[in-house]
Amino acid sequence: MSDPKPTRRLIGPFNRVEGDLEVQIEIADGQVSAAWVNSPLYRGFEQILNGKDPRDALVVTPRICGICSVSQSVAAARALAQIEDVEMADNGRLATNLILACENLADHLSHFYLFFMPDFARAGYADKPWYSMIAERFTAQRGSASRELLPARAELLHTTGILAGKWPHSLALQPGGTTRAIESRERLRLQAIMLGLRRFLERTLFADRLEAVTALASQDELREWAEAHPDSDFGRFLMLADDLALHRLGRASDNFMSYGAYPTSENNSKPVFAIGTWQQGLAPLRTNAITEDISHSWMHAQRKPRHPFEGSTLPDADAEGAYSWCKAPRYDGDVMEVGALARQQVDGHPLIRELVAESGGNVRNRVIARLLEVARVLPVMEQWVQAMDIGKPFCNHGKLPEEAEGFGLVEAARGSLGHWIKVKHHRILNYQIVAPTTWNFSPRDEQDSPGALEQALAGTPIDGDGKDTVAIQHIVRSFDPCMVCTVH
Amino acid sequence: MSAPFRILWLQSGGCGGCSMSLLNAESPDLYNTLELAGIELLWHPSLSEASNEEFIALLERVVDGSQPLDALCLEGSVMRGPNGSGRFHVLAGTGRPMMDWIRDLSARARYTLAIGSCAAFGGITSGGDNPGEACGLQYDGSDKGGLLDGQWVSPDGLPAINVAGCPTHPGWVTDTLMQLALGELGTAELDEFNRPRSYTNHLVHHGCTRNEYYEFKASAELPSDQGCMMEHMGCLGTQAHADCNRRPWNGEGSCIRGGYACINCTAPGFEEPGHTFTETPKIAGIPIGLPTDMPKAWFIALASLSKAATPRRLRANAVADHIVVPPGAGKKPTLK
Repeated sequence: MSDPKPTRRLIGPFNRVEGDLEVQIEIADGQVSAAWVNSPLYRGFEQILNGKDPRDALVVTPRICGICSVSQSVAAARALAQIEDVEMADNGRLATNLILACENLADHLSHFYLFFMPDFARAGYADKPWYSMIAERFTAQRGSASRELLPARAELLHTTGILAGKWPHSLALQPGGTTRAIESRERLRLQAIMLGLRRFLERTLFADRLEAVTALASQDELREWAEAHPDSDFGRFLMLADDLALHRLGRASDNFMSYGAYPTSENNSKPVFAIGTWQQGLAPLRTNAITEDISHSWMHAQRKPRHPFEGSTLPDADAEGAYSWCKAPRYDGDVMEVGALARQQVDGHPLIRELVAESGGNVRNRVIARLLEVARVLPVMEQWVQAMDIGKPFCNHGKLPEEAEGFGLVEAARGSLGHWIKVKHHRILNYQIVAPTTWNFSPRDEQDSPGALEQALAGTPIDGDGKDTVAIQHIVRSFDPCMVCTVH
Repeated sequence: MSAPFRILWLQSGGCGGCSMSLLNAESPDLYNTLELAGIELLWHPSLSEASNEEFIALLERVVDGSQPLDALCLEGSVMRGPNGSGRFHVLAGTGRPMMDWIRDLSARARYTLAIGSCAAFGGITSGGDNPGEACGLQYDGSDKGGLLDGQWVSPDGLPAINVAGCPTHPGWVTDTLMQLALGELGTAELDEFNRPRSYTNHLVHHGCTRNEYYEFKASAELPSDQGCMMEHMGCLGTQAHADCNRRPWNGEGSCIRGGYACINCTAPGFEEPGHTFTETPKIAGIPIGLPTDMPKAWFIALASLSKAATPRRLRANAVADHIVVPPGAGKKPTLK
């Protein structure tokens, strides 16, 4: 049925995303013809940081976000480490990796079980043959899966109780390492926590050995695996993703970026997950190609896109042509998608490379990459616990120069996060933050190119008046957006 | 069965960290804790199914009185900017500033709770020059009167209950909700900033694992040192009202146990201490902030006395990141 006159519709607030989000869609010919994504909350962290002692960034920036708190700390600590020219103690690097990986896995699991899957238990799917099984398992708050997840997640986060005092908002993450040198008995506790999570994953999420999941190297192997593991939560997802053709939903630019995750040595020559970009092929990351555009943001005082070192953040609620508090980060002028799918694509995991070659970045592939990453990271965490040399230092110490500039890059659960800092007279002169969802949920730029989610929403089939927005919700949540980081 | 105690949870100018922390509840986990206490989450931004218009319809039902509400929980500061317009946070899908929604909903809920220091006092979001014009529900920093005026009380007669902390401990939130659900929370259970006394009648200092270093003034000098962090590292544990070391975080943690200073995050204005968070301000070598209720002259006298008596073990361990001299080292074992 064709509708000659496009209609517009405002959708929001989306819950089960971190923070506030509003999307406007234009519907024509039974599908979304265009979308505009608005991040409706501005707090002004970059302004708050100005004039402070640079070390205070370690207190302030984690509080940008309660779900990416450690990622914010690590980005700030890395920027300060560059300024102080301090190297991380080996134990400190292992501890930082463990704390960050703990947050990332907790976030991936929260996303899957609490934020993403409950949408398939909505009454709108009641006529599906799989409905009663999915509803029993994933209905928001009442499903059996969330009852199993909450204790498993809380126990995983004991990692932070041991290594970082608490989560979120720890001050343990420092430029030269971490503030808590653990003892042997605490390392045993960490080992037990890792084994506990492995048990949860191998019984519940995968019903298989993690190593069997990470070894899946092609679509055919994944299909066979799904058929053989229908009683795993991953298997359940693959079954309904197939039934609902989630691989045809939510494709964006297919340009991917990763800052690389989990350094294994001081110079970060070979992180666990590789650094780079993917635009029809792999290329090295050039951080000087990163700019932020404010042509459609409620911001002023900047005519052209600027590199974050030169960026400014001055809100202007009346800026002409603007529709979001979010800026528009671009890489050489291009829209990039970040997150677990981008990380695994850049790193070159064979399953992900094949899935992306076949159907690009989409709802199904984003979720597969996230769960694959859970299976890939935990075994490495087990090795880091083993590698800690109890009795050796956890923290090196540097000294802040009077004037300097530096940046810190990190992969948060939901993608690439960067802090750029300029220091003068021992004070913060400028602090610019470009967060993962700033990339994914950016507004249009000066070329009028839509951001990644805006592209992903275009073409989504929708009924006449757009009342049923569940497909849009799947697409939005497939990015695991963090709106509080987005604008900060 | 009696009617459930119904909660509506909203987020505004904050980070969502108090919700994330709430999910860390243990023994039992969050869902079981609430269920066993007869508490129903009518809606929570991270946990509920309802989105978009289903949720807006719920808000409208609460505002028009057709949906009874026992407790409104706000997480995050109230965003009043720019220029008092509230446009820094317009609730998605409604075109209406969040602060207006909060005002209307708080008039209906039997009780209103500020979850976290942002919602209580403004918190970190009101730091620096407060670019967002952020404030708390009923406080602006330590001054009474935020979005709601200083004299405001909820329909059931309580001021906004300030479950302050950055973030809040899951137990602080669930205890307060359980007290309310049981009808066991009145003004006598709230302190001078309307924080629940269940956790603010204690100091972070209580149960501090570095107590022996404190007693002998054996001080840490650098991050990861094991000594007392009051003299040099900015620790405010002797002044901060909270039970973090009696009721640990994430299993066995706390800020101090994690090796860094308590920054007094349950207090109004913690976000602007007037100095670098992790350095103790001093006058003539003496820390400006003294332990709560301690007369200054006595503190100085006791501190210099205990410093003179510091055992070698503590002096060595205080500036190391692990035990270099264990207790009793060098002594002959004695049998009694």
